[in-house]
Amino acid sequence: MLERAHILVCGGTGCTSGNSHKIAEEFERKLKEKGLDKEVKLIMTGCFGLCARGPIVVVYPEGAFYQHVKVEDVAEIVDEHIMKGRLVDRLLNAEKEEDGSYKAINDTDFYKSQKRVVLRNCGIINPENIDEYLAYDGYLAYQKAVTEMTPQGVIDTIKKSGLRGRGGGGFSTGMKWQFAHDSVSDKKYVVCNADEGDPGAFMDRSLLEGDPHAVIEAMMIAGYAIGADQGYIYVRAEYPIAVKRLEIAIDQAREYGILGKNAMGLGHGFDIELRLGAGAFVCGEETALLQSTEGKRGEPRQRPPFPAVKGLFGKPTLINNVETYGNITQIILNGAEWFASMGTEKSKGTKVFALGGKINNTGLVEIPMGTTLRTIIEDIGGGIPHGKKFKAAQTGGPSGGCIPASLIDTPIDYDNLIAIGSMMGSGGLIVMDEDNCMVDIAKFFLEFTVDESCGKCTPCRIGNKRLYEMLDKVTKGEGTMEDLDKMEQLCHYIKENSLCGLGQTAPNPVLSTLRYFRDEYVAHVKDKRCPAGVCKALVSFKVDAEKCIGCGLCKRGCPVNAITGEIKKPHYIDPAKCIKCGACIDHCPKKAISK
Amino acid sequence: MKQINLKINNVPVTVDEGTRILDAAKKAGFNIPTLCYMKDVCNDGSCRVCVVEVKGARSLVASCSAVVTEGMEVFTNTPKVLASRKTTIELIMSNHKKNCLSCVRSNNCELQTLSQEYDCDCTAFEGQTIEYPLDESNPYLIRDNNKCILCRRCVAVCNKVQSVGVIGPNKRGFATHIGCAFEKPLSATSCVACGQCIAVCPVGALYERDDTAKVMDAIHDPDKFVIIGTAPSVRVGIGEEFGYPIGTNTEGKMVAAIKRLGCDKVFDVDMAADMTIMEEGTEFLARLQDKTAALPMITSCSPGWIRYIEFYYPELLQHLSTCKSPQGMFGSIMKTYYAEKFGIDPKNMVVVSVMPCTAKKTEILREDMSAAGVPDVDVVLTTRELARLIKAQGIDFAALPDEKFDNPIGEGSSAGLLFGASGGVMEAALRTVAETVLGKPLDKIDFKAVRGTKGIKTAVVELNGQKLNIAVASSLSNAKTLLEEIKAGKSKYHFIEIMTCPGGCVNGGGQPIVPSRVRNNVDIQTLRAKAIYDTDKKAKLRKSHENPIVKTLYADYFGKPNSHKAHDALHTSYKKKEKYGK
Amino acid sequence: MKSLEELQAIRDKMKAQLSNRGMAEGDDVKIVVGMATCGIAAGARATLKAITDEVEARGMTNVKIAQTGCIGICKYEPIVDVIMPGQEKVTYVHVSPERVKTIIANHVINGNVVEEYTYSHAVAKA
Repeated sequence: MLERAHILVCGGTGCTSGNSHKIAEEFERKLKEKGLDKEVKLIMTGCFGLCARGPIVVVYPEGAFYQHVKVEDVAEIVDEHIMKGRLVDRLLNAEKEEDGSYKAINDTDFYKSQKRVVLRNCGIINPENIDEYLAYDGYLAYQKAVTEMTPQGVIDTIKKSGLRGRGGGGFSTGMKWQFAHDSVSDKKYVVCNADEGDPGAFMDRSLLEGDPHAVIEAMMIAGYAIGADQGYIYVRAEYPIAVKRLEIAIDQAREYGILGKNAMGLGHGFDIELRLGAGAFVCGEETALLQSTEGKRGEPRQRPPFPAVKGLFGKPTLINNVETYGNITQIILNGAEWFASMGTEKSKGTKVFALGGKINNTGLVEIPMGTTLRTIIEDIGGGIPHGKKFKAAQTGGPSGGCIPASLIDTPIDYDNLIAIGSMMGSGGLIVMDEDNCMVDIAKFFLEFTVDESCGKCTPCRIGNKRLYEMLDKVTKGEGTMEDLDKMEQLCHYIKENSLCGLGQTAPNPVLSTLRYFRDEYVAHVKDKRCPAGVCKALVSFKVDAEKCIGCGLCKRGCPVNAITGEIKKPHYIDPAKCIKCGACIDHCPKKAISK
Repeated sequence: MKQINLKINNVPVTVDEGTRILDAAKKAGFNIPTLCYMKDVCNDGSCRVCVVEVKGARSLVASCSAVVTEGMEVFTNTPKVLASRKTTIELIMSNHKKNCLSCVRSNNCELQTLSQEYDCDCTAFEGQTIEYPLDESNPYLIRDNNKCILCRRCVAVCNKVQSVGVIGPNKRGFATHIGCAFEKPLSATSCVACGQCIAVCPVGALYERDDTAKVMDAIHDPDKFVIIGTAPSVRVGIGEEFGYPIGTNTEGKMVAAIKRLGCDKVFDVDMAADMTIMEEGTEFLARLQDKTAALPMITSCSPGWIRYIEFYYPELLQHLSTCKSPQGMFGSIMKTYYAEKFGIDPKNMVVVSVMPCTAKKTEILREDMSAAGVPDVDVVLTTRELARLIKAQGIDFAALPDEKFDNPIGEGSSAGLLFGASGGVMEAALRTVAETVLGKPLDKIDFKAVRGTKGIKTAVVELNGQKLNIAVASSLSNAKTLLEEIKAGKSKYHFIEIMTCPGGCVNGGGQPIVPSRVRNNVDIQTLRAKAIYDTDKKAKLRKSHENPIVKTLYADYFGKPNSHKAHDALHTSYKKKEKYGK
Repeated sequence: MKSLEELQAIRDKMKAQLSNRGMAEGDDVKIVVGMATCGIAAGARATLKAITDEVEARGMTNVKIAQTGCIGICKYEPIVDVIMPGQEKVTYVHVSPERVKTIIANHVINGNVVEEYTYSHAVAKA
């Protein structure tokens, strides 16, 4: 049955937490009530990316992009849009064409500069229905690989495409496949690293939720290329929707004979099992992930031997992350040249970023490699809220660094990011404005690593802890200039001496802020002052007697009774009682309180 | 094997493929310090003390786990490497309880040595430390995590060498510490008490429970008759504590030193080992005749092993010999025969055994170990404790004359002495069993097939036309291999010797601690065992059944081996143990 | 276990079903049905159903069916616009389910505008 309209309700984690399931139920009820359930199709999709405006509902064929949809809005959408063809203006994105009509989803600033290769099906298909995946050329890439290409041919194509690992290090995916292919063994494994753990990063989750079959198909292709018949997807248990959709997808693929012995009747067998991670960040490190998959404590081990030689259960293992796999089917179907035509000289294709922090359009974006930070922040991200000034962007999560505003025109690719002291990482991109203290930011990320260190090697276990303690001293105004030098030395020591990537990159947030924002550190140390007014120990709240009108609002808003003063006379904050919560600033109508 | 050419500090060196950088450097004449690495036990690369620079590598490389490659250029002594090692040691010290002046391992502490060598400042880094309570839950060892440096050598030896694995890292990051599952005390686990964790600990985080005060209290109590007996391995180990080379038999000085502690008698537990051979040999021959008896029969003298089978293979308990260990027989002979003969009330008798072993401290607490109604043995000291006691009493060990064990039951045969080395019980038993079966002296009494440090040794011995398959295993992981065969009904053996510790008692968990830099380069098992075999070679009395004391004991008291009286005093029983208790 | 042919059949079938998800592209035919109150009152719902049925029955994947509001000539409802790629829009009036079949067969498939159903024809006649 061909439906005249398709209503797509976002079933990503962001929109789900905004009650999108209830919205879908309401649509179902309403459509049935109006007798439209036969001619209008309702689909729960994966993430659309613009999570800041969720819950999101898209109605095709118009491509009407409804945002911040509430359950109460459903009736209006059905009555007006579906019944009468009149778009519900108040729920649409605010961007209009020159003729005054609203822009269709793909023409908005948020989507216009994006290039959706990995996320091509997210927000388009129903991830719980294998037929919809098939409709978008699903499992054709696998069929093509097995029937038209040799394993080496597949690997050559991946190599030629220039695809690099999207999980962090940016190692050539083709080379990784080649190593796993060249290892001789009776048994090999293909593993998918879906233990995404960087604070604020959710690229992999969205792909698994929105297009699980794309990952399964890519793993099958990898299995054919390296000679493996068993795959494992190691996914965080904290991603229940992704886990559920993967389970459904695996079941459906098995039912269709796509997974299993003699997949699709093409002679190569492949099956996949899920392994749920218990939330240790370090298990995103490939050797720790393999340990954990085997049921052991998730701790990295020395490389070499690399997993391609000695991996899961001691056998050669290919391990790639979710987004890396997300590119594979398109490379096989469209060719290496197509893929290599996108991106920069050494970083091909696209990259998905999770935009977060002080930015208007928080969400998920996929851009061609080489796009500048400016495009991401100003165009796609819609700029900084409240007209504040952009100060820095943090990429690469706890392993990355802070990119200062002066480098906003840097084209984003692996090598440029490394050169400016950060890294691609898995794709978290956190925007900071003038209100962020860079010492505090460094402390935040380091605290994360200290918490998440597995505790195996000395530099990470004790070194990062001591580094954190020094940083803490600085934020309390107790640091010395010698401490800054000692911190820098310790950073380099930790990078050089740690056992795994987690430790080797942990000092990056500190190093990059010391490099670009040293003056802020110096202000904390020498002037005992936090320029951004974040570090509580260094901030004191004062009432400007000139500006204060004595309204008493601050006094009433203060949770600890630290403010005294008579009506219509300047008030006073007792620094001994003040807990520096900032409530008074929010209450003051005259901006008379400063810190 | 394929040869790999590389350069260490510009010195060309050629080594086998698969060699670690650490060992290649050694060959080129450069020592690299280590802390977490221990040959055949642990090479996790976790401490980072052994880092080196490798040309082209992204960061420094742990030489204990990285393997050489063709054309590799390694630098072991660059300023960057030295500074890194120093920082690593200083960081470790920043989270180490530094009460070195009163630490049991002071002067034999690997961290202390490195700190001195790298001119470290123990206050270079300061910050939070976590205070851990001591685990004193058991009678044999104490864990002090405040000193633990998380090298994980104890974890590796417990898991990999002993297949026990009751300890591992708990929590993560800075809060990581070694402990048991669910933070239970060690006493609530299936720990076998072997003490190998102590033997591999580089610092003072693990040590035996010190019972020396009990001994001195008894000696100073005029009402107590104190007998001290020493196990075979103690005499070839204790010298190391007084500066003798590894593998020196200092029996004479040891006996002289113990006498100077002021005890009433010093006897040789080798004698009880001879008795064990008599009982166990007889039991074995009886089992061979009895079609219903369980074979293979397995030796029962190693208490860690007894705990292991009770915890992990209770269904195979019937394979164990019912003989008490030499320690058990020693104690019961003292408190029955000796007490009777010399008119001493067993209640006033304090039997102290000096053992190379921590598990012996639990053995004396077992049921069915009190032949005279009081415990057979009252106090167990490890070799280390005896040395400590001798030092504390101001006894100048090296200056002492060689003295002999006391009479009348001081002497043991060198077959009893063999108990100290893996394969020794088997060899001693074969000497006696063979002559018993053949009814005439053997031409050749050396059974070399069961000697050496190989984990599992097997041989076929022909006795009067019957072929006996025998096997000898040391370390519990090797024992496990043999037990799995038995469990599967595929074991072809008639008689198996199992020792808990790798290489047998000479390498027991109570022996002097040898730092890894020595252990990684010399085979202490072989050296200490050699001292035993050398002594055996020169001995006049080399068979248990020829020991005149053994003959006297049977003639005067026990009748014959496996008699009713012998069973009462010299045999014991076993039962299944639950793996996770209170 | 599905054969390769069966999988391909699912792909083709689903492709048709999902054809109106995503935006109209250059070579797509666009059919727009007036679905305001006037149109619905005049039977546009049945017309729309007939269009979707016909498109599906013919397995056409390049047709995007859309709806629109009232364009102010309510007496001619149901009104259907057909926009062939690169051509001017043709507006059909009083489109009954029967007329749908003719329009799709003659115009959409064969490129011949069904003059007698068009708005211009209706106006000229009036």
